[in-house]
Amino acid sequence: MCALCGVLGGSEHWADAHVRPGAFTRNTGPLERRRERARRVVHANRILGPLGLSLADWQGTAFLLSTRTGKTELVDNLSHLWAAAETLLGRPVDPLDEAFLKRLERRA
Amino acid sequence: MAPSSPTPVVLLTGFLGSGKTTLLGRLLKDPALHDTAVLINEFGTVGLDHHLLDRVDENTVLLKSGCICCTIRGELSDAIKSMHGRRTRGEIPDFRRLVIESTGLADPLPVISTITADPVLRHHVRMGAVVTTVDAVNGIDQLAHQPESVSQAALADRIVLTKTDLCDAAAIAAVTLVLRDLNPDAPLLSAATGDLDGATILGERPVLSSSLASLRCVAAPDGSPGMTHGGAVASFALVFDEALDWTLFGLWLTMLLNRHGRRVLRVKGLLNLQGSDTPVAIHGVGPLVHVPTHLTAWPDTDRRSRLVFITRDLDPGLIRRSLDAFGLTGAAASMAVA
Repeated sequence: MCALCGVLGGSEHWADAHVRPGAFTRNTGPLERRRERARRVVHANRILGPLGLSLADWQGTAFLLSTRTGKTELVDNLSHLWAAAETLLGRPVDPLDEAFLKRLERRA
Repeated sequence: MAPSSPTPVVLLTGFLGSGKTTLLGRLLKDPALHDTAVLINEFGTVGLDHHLLDRVDENTVLLKSGCICCTIRGELSDAIKSMHGRRTRGEIPDFRRLVIESTGLADPLPVISTITADPVLRHHVRMGAVVTTVDAVNGIDQLAHQPESVSQAALADRIVLTKTDLCDAAAIAAVTLVLRDLNPDAPLLSAATGDLDGATILGERPVLSSSLASLRCVAAPDGSPGMTHGGAVASFALVFDEALDWTLFGLWLTMLLNRHGRRVLRVKGLLNLQGSDTPVAIHGVGPLVHVPTHLTAWPDTDRRSRLVFITRDLDPGLIRRSLDAFGLTGAAASMAVA
């Protein structure tokens, strides 16, 4: 189900495509799927850190997005991640924002 | 009996009076397209005579959604399900493609997202192609003042230039130039020529061409790249020497599209990914990205990743800087602005 909209079935996100001929996906098996989720959490936390947010895997089926004070949202996929981040922070999260880029560049 | 594979949907769009219905009427006369079902939003002044014609109910119910990927036009979804159900029950003849003629003032994105996001529908239909008609006489004015018109042209897989017999070559060249800025790759066809091939126009969008021509860019002008084309629409290409991290790229692109999806008219690319021997093609229209295609081979010896953006009111330099900050580009990436 789409966590944001309550739509049953949800949509197939392009970064988590189902296995089928011609489609590129890292979800080719249980191990690969878990590995990709772990990798996503690591990378996401590097980006979310400057925003004061953190991401954790939840049961291999969803992600927990949390603020430093513990406010938490359950997110299904990458498109929901950023919308949920904006909800938790109460402001837009913009990869082209000058201040955000400076913080990210300092961490690099 | 309905075929087991999802039926391709062709969205026929174009601004008011740009000749959508005239084109469709002409195409449907082709016997090769007799197995085409048609859904129209409204009956216009140009009548359509076709045995597989239905209309989308006027009662538009928009699902109030939190995210673009779940934006579903309820009435369109219902109309397609109804058509599919009638076909399955044998009440209407079988059809191999479905053409949806949208209203001239509609942004095509909600239609595309309905096809791809509706949890029932996406098992029965899939996006085939977006065909946009552009009026050669009034097109420039519409593209300058009507955001829907820009969106329709930018999202097109094929553009059909109409009314070219009513204007001179200079006017056609001018509108072609504007269209090429918005959409450099879509085949540009002229409705005035007598040899329009219906099967080609209503055919499926090709898998992102493995040809480098679809990812072309011109030499970057001196200095920092900025907005070009005398307006806010810019097309630019990024070339990456190093293999890309797919996970990080996914995070970056989804973050960009979440905030700027309406301003990224198109993004397409051929990616060399870490851990993959063959390239992956991605193709996004607005905030929606198609399922990435894993190609079986590289088109040539060049193994660099290429990303082409067509944006509106976005600074290409800032996108490049963002990719750098995310650790995606490295010092070797280069940029060209068309």
